[in-house]
Amino acid sequence: MTTPIDFKAQLIAEFQLNETRLNGESRSSLHQRRRLALSRFEQLGFPTIRHEEWKYSNVKNLVSQEFNITPSAEISHEDLTSLEIPNLAGNILYFINGQYQPQLSTIVSPADEVEILTFTEGYKKYPALVEEHFAQYADDSNDAFTALNTAFAQYGAFIHVTKGKIVETPIILRFISDARAENVAVQLRNLVIVEERASVKVAESFRTIGDFSSFTNTVTEAFLGNEANYDHYKVQDESEKAFHIGTTQVHHSDKALSYDTTVTLNGGWIRNNLNLVMGGEHVEAHLTGLYLPNGKQHIDNHTLVDHAMPNSYSNELYKGIMFDKSTGVFNGKIFVREDAQKTNAYQSCKNVLASPDATMNTKPQLEIYADDVKCSHGTTTGQMDEEALFYLQSRGIPKDKGRALLMLAFAEDVVEKIKIPAIREYLESAIAKKVGEV
Amino acid sequence: MLKIENLQASIGEKQILKGINLEVKPGEVHAIMGPNGSGKSTLASVLAGREDYDVTGGSVLFEGKDLLELAPEERAAEGIFLAFQYPVEIPGVSTTNFLKTALNEIRKYQGQEPLDAVSFLKRMKEKMKLVNIDQSLLSRSLNEGFSGGEKKRNEVFQMAMLEPRLGILDETDSGLDIDALRIVAEGVNTLRDGERSFIVVTHYQRLLDYIVPDFVHVLYKGRIVKSGTKELALELEEKGYDWIKAEVDALV
Repeated sequence: MTTPIDFKAQLIAEFQLNETRLNGESRSSLHQRRRLALSRFEQLGFPTIRHEEWKYSNVKNLVSQEFNITPSAEISHEDLTSLEIPNLAGNILYFINGQYQPQLSTIVSPADEVEILTFTEGYKKYPALVEEHFAQYADDSNDAFTALNTAFAQYGAFIHVTKGKIVETPIILRFISDARAENVAVQLRNLVIVEERASVKVAESFRTIGDFSSFTNTVTEAFLGNEANYDHYKVQDESEKAFHIGTTQVHHSDKALSYDTTVTLNGGWIRNNLNLVMGGEHVEAHLTGLYLPNGKQHIDNHTLVDHAMPNSYSNELYKGIMFDKSTGVFNGKIFVREDAQKTNAYQSCKNVLASPDATMNTKPQLEIYADDVKCSHGTTTGQMDEEALFYLQSRGIPKDKGRALLMLAFAEDVVEKIKIPAIREYLESAIAKKVGEV
Repeated sequence: MLKIENLQASIGEKQILKGINLEVKPGEVHAIMGPNGSGKSTLASVLAGREDYDVTGGSVLFEGKDLLELAPEERAAEGIFLAFQYPVEIPGVSTTNFLKTALNEIRKYQGQEPLDAVSFLKRMKEKMKLVNIDQSLLSRSLNEGFSGGEKKRNEVFQMAMLEPRLGILDETDSGLDIDALRIVAEGVNTLRDGERSFIVVTHYQRLLDYIVPDFVHVLYKGRIVKSGTKELALELEEKGYDWIKAEVDALV
């Protein structure tokens, strides 16, 4: 019997090996931050289901697998044809197993409007700016995967939108895990800085190719300056053998406006954290999510809206359609801090169980410390609306088609929030296919 | 056209229809009246194929076909239309898209090509006038946030679009003010062409002032206990149901 490789030890050893190659950079404050994160990861270790935040999402199967944590990235245009999103236009960046592929990518927006670089390039060019924001928002003091990600921060994108610039052309980050030859583990770290009165749309698309397992551990931090507008979409269509743990962290300044939409079409085992901290007043934040797991897929969405300051508004809507033996988790936390008077915070999570064997765990958590606020939350989990289905049938629409139509309509509330037409259309057709076929 | 013989239906353990006999010929309008809980809406639902009810006996032939063997969508495609008492709100599906899908599914069942966009829009425009319904209402999610009157007008509009052979109106008049009632009734009257038949389930005489029936039937305790012409409805209006109830209950 071979001794199983300890994943944690493997990662720590890799970190130390990397460090010997850094030369001068090892003394930089960025690297000191990485070191701190590694020590936190070492101390925290991988969470077990005894950890309240991981009660329904067991990482056991993930951490007991062997992964190549430094996989290579060799891919051709032809390999990507199956992953194409029709009519997609804009700034499109391809990352294969974390590594940026300039030959596949297109950047069209001028740099005086928005600087789009890899994380590493961004740090080289703007060290002070990166150090000012990196790891300042995504908290790694109590989250092993964020700590691990911070320690390995290297691959991913750096996006800096100049003050007052309205970036009309969307930025699309396509992260592809290539698991054709072996199990691969990739860590991605993105930093988005949207200056005062600037506006940008960023989409992250996650796909896998190949039959081996993949593990993606990703963190995207966004800093929004005063009156900044930020649309952020996360679209996941990964394989049955894909593990994905991701944190999207958004920090709002005064009057910032954000839309976050997370759509999970497929993936083996997924945990998405979406954390918003309203560090300014008169902030408006919209959070929407949609998940459609089938087979034995597991999808966990944890959201946190932290109303730290007064006069802000948040509106959250998550929807799920659960097929087969899939399992899902929704955990939505809202904090309204003592100072956050005149907060309006709304949360809703609606689920349809399309199979008697599917499971959904929902947990809204509101902690309100201010007295002059309007907050509401509600979760529903139930069967398909039989009365609506009969209505459609009574007009001549066959039952299966009616059911698909209702599911599409149910999903549309979320999909319509995506303002990049090609991505919205791609999702609509992928969802139509999924609800029609399953 | 429609021949119902000794139809019995129950929901769970409770028997609601206890042997209905009714024949509807082409072009006829039959009103089904009766006190609350007599089984009027059940009859409408059973004809349309609602699954909540178990048919425990009897037969229903529609144009010679065994209706009870058909799925609700097949009944619709054969030409039965149920205007709901409580039209369902369906967020995310516009009336226009919904009707296009429905119409083309029916055409597919009948072996016809789908209607092209131009013909569909032309038909929409024509039928919209019938019930005085606005385009903006039809682009919105089906029935979502519609007033009671708008919902019922939308039912009649759908009926006009789908051109059924038999329209069943299940208490279409409930919750309508007199103006809305008149619009709905006029819509239905325009669809009376000598061939198309209607079953009008109602609690009140006032709808029958506008949609004048050929026959009136009184349903009580799951049976048709009295049938007559439109004068019967007037008599009911005047005297209520108690005299009929008394007659029937005396026989038991």
